[in-house]
Amino acid sequence: MEMVQKRMQQLGLPRIIIIAFIIIIFFAAFLQGQNMAQLISDSLVRFGQNLILALAMMPAIMSGIGLNMGLAIGIVCGLLGGMISIELGLTNIYGIACAMLIALMVGSLVGVLYGKILNRIKGSEMLIGNYLGYTVVYLMCMFWFAAPFSNPAIIWPMGGDGVRATVTLDGYYSGILNNFLSFEIGGITIPTGLFLFVFGVCWIIRIFSNSKVGTTLRAAGDNPEYARTSGIAVNRCRIIGAALSTALGALGIVVYAQSYGFYSLYEAPTTMSFTPMAAILLGGASMKKVNVWHAVVGTLLFQTMLTTALPVANMLLPDGNLSEVFRIIVSNGIILYALSQAGGEK
Amino acid sequence: MAENTPVLSMKNIGKAFSGNQVLQDVSLDIMPGEIYALCGENGAGKSTLMNILFGMPVIAATGGYTGKIYLEGEETHIKSPQEAIEHGIGMVHQEFMLIPGFSVGENIKLNREPLKNGALSRVFGKSLRNVDFDKIREDSKQALDKLGVELDPEADVQTLPVGYMQFVEIARELDKSSIKLLILDEPTAVLAESEAEIVLGIIKRLSQMGIAVLLITHRIGEIMEVADTVTILRDGVNVKTMKIADTTSGEIAELMVGRELVASENRERSEHEDENKEVAISIRNMKVDMPGERVNGIDLDVYKGEILGIGGLAGQGKLGIANGIMGVYPTTGEITVFGQPLKLNSPKDSIAAKLAFVSEDRKRQGFAPDLSIELNMVVPAMANHDEFFKKIGPFRQVDRKKVQETAEKYIQEFQIRCTGPKQEVRSLSGGNQQKVCIAKAILLKPDVLLVSEPTRGIDIGAKSIVLETISRINRETGVTIIFTSSELGELRQICHRIAIVSGGRVADVLKPDASNEEFGLAMGGGK
Repeated sequence: MEMVQKRMQQLGLPRIIIIAFIIIIFFAAFLQGQNMAQLISDSLVRFGQNLILALAMMPAIMSGIGLNMGLAIGIVCGLLGGMISIELGLTNIYGIACAMLIALMVGSLVGVLYGKILNRIKGSEMLIGNYLGYTVVYLMCMFWFAAPFSNPAIIWPMGGDGVRATVTLDGYYSGILNNFLSFEIGGITIPTGLFLFVFGVCWIIRIFSNSKVGTTLRAAGDNPEYARTSGIAVNRCRIIGAALSTALGALGIVVYAQSYGFYSLYEAPTTMSFTPMAAILLGGASMKKVNVWHAVVGTLLFQTMLTTALPVANMLLPDGNLSEVFRIIVSNGIILYALSQAGGEK
Repeated sequence: MAENTPVLSMKNIGKAFSGNQVLQDVSLDIMPGEIYALCGENGAGKSTLMNILFGMPVIAATGGYTGKIYLEGEETHIKSPQEAIEHGIGMVHQEFMLIPGFSVGENIKLNREPLKNGALSRVFGKSLRNVDFDKIREDSKQALDKLGVELDPEADVQTLPVGYMQFVEIARELDKSSIKLLILDEPTAVLAESEAEIVLGIIKRLSQMGIAVLLITHRIGEIMEVADTVTILRDGVNVKTMKIADTTSGEIAELMVGRELVASENRERSEHEDENKEVAISIRNMKVDMPGERVNGIDLDVYKGEILGIGGLAGQGKLGIANGIMGVYPTTGEITVFGQPLKLNSPKDSIAAKLAFVSEDRKRQGFAPDLSIELNMVVPAMANHDEFFKKIGPFRQVDRKKVQETAEKYIQEFQIRCTGPKQEVRSLSGGNQQKVCIAKAILLKPDVLLVSEPTRGIDIGAKSIVLETISRINRETGVTIIFTSSELGELRQICHRIAIVSGGRVADVLKPDASNEEFGLAMGGGK
């Protein structure tokens, strides 16, 4: 019993509540006669699909920027990489590799600029980051509208200039990671390739955070004055944090898109930064403390809850828009909860 | 001491926080009108004992306490601070609980404002009665008179000097008519000497009025001056209760610390080898723009292997020197370290020149509060000397094992009280945080160690460990130390030479055994 109590304490209240909620949902889904194997498969895919975006929050928190409210900037960079890869007509592994490469390069470069801006407004990174994200997304709307792409898969069906609102990846690299080495157990599909890739990224992030740069980043994030007098270049650390976060955001959207099957352009990225934020906070991260497990546990719980709750709720209340409303309420609710706990959980 | 029933009697109080016994079998009896001193180092259990007495929720939340509390002979179990107040216990906390912008009187009567009927209350009922400001003025004037303090009840609290804020706090407790026992938690900690004198006078007055005073302090001089009885706590145990008449300050100090204070073993060393010494740091015309501690052109040579003390009055610039050398504040001038010119205004270059700094601003610069003890200790060494890493494949990773071993070594060596090297530095007491800061600096393996105000805000036990450590490092490793302190006694205890700074310049460099007159003269602006 004591053991159980200790484990519960380690887990923390928010996660216990969500786990209990998920159990209830699964129970309800079972009673409703839903396809359980399908629900679990979907949850697994959604977990892998969103994990890198949640990981993108990590370097930002570590370096003291806080949650990267401007993740949309990274996402736009990833979209640019994706568009270029399709424009070049690259398919399969070449297509996604090209998209990722461009996403990472553009993301890092833009991230450095982003970090330089954040260094000028220390103390209100999250507020400024948020608006900067919006600004960049809408600036890019103009770009998409006039972008000189010519591949018919990208441009509007009637031709002319500009990119269409959703670009399908069918025939390019839709599901290429998900389907790599995937197999089925008891009706549940395991997206092996996706998992290999995202856990690989987790591993790299872990190595990073245990490296010299990662450690100094954490010191700079926790107490910049301490770091400065210890001979650490604090501003450089923050730029590294912002650049890495942005680059991961860019990479994350490519992985997301290959699983989802589409790139969503124009205004779509504006709201995309909230879900990973909610996930990593749910996982137990605070404004000061974060590790890979927070991202993994948080994304798993959050995405499982969203994926499974929707069909159940839709069956209870068969009304069109409920799922989206539900997602917004829950993710913003969790962000609010986590931020209101100023110091984070002990 | 007219009556024989104690106002407060605590019997065999014990308290554990998650298995960690912080109080054990503590008993005390306070008679009416008695001034009872409770002393002990930080972490000895004083605050926990007061929390129990005051019914703070944190006690119940962590499993309550053992033992019994009697108030005027009756067994009582105080469950909330309100209850404690009803029982006539008043407490003046270490941090002021005053509302800036409210007048003295309003603060004294806070939440107990006298009310009178007004136009609205006659129509809408009692809850809309007016505050009776005349009565507030009257009552607070009375309370302040009782203290013997001249203070205008209508003055704005935030314009008062710190000492007077303390008076307002005491007056507030006194104004609660039923008060029988007043607890003062470190009432003089933030006060200047003259203000402290007044507070002590007030304490004596209270006792004459028949109010018992429980005085928590680690200033032994005060205890000797005002207290009737003293109880010394150490590590949560009642070490000894004595009548002041039967003891000496030396005995109290010894009981409190439980270990010998450092002897000034450096004295005799300061005499020889004055000639032909190698210069470690040479400072020429250094100006440091540090707010409140400006340095206006200093020339100073620090010899290899010595402990150079820097003293002087607050605000005269003594703190600016170390901060300037380390590049923390904007600096001009010329500094050479073992003959090599030092690049100014860059902490990184100063550390690269094998200097290390224990800052006087511990909270802001000393440590990263949310990181573990071990990381706090090794981060500077990691960042500057690439130590504590190991190769795993092509990657250079933190060598956790080595980090932990190193941290454990220093935790033991400096007697850092903690649950282990993984504990967050935030949750340590001031003295233990300071020890972490010193370990951090030592791990940089400096040729010159700059230590500023290392004993500020820590208790005497930690103080003596800190001083001992500084002195020992110097002896054993021969590292040159620049030790800045506002306590002349400390400087004389461990330094070989002491530079007194006044008006941003070096007024004089003295031997530790120079006379008080010489020091006084130097502090006052030099010969």
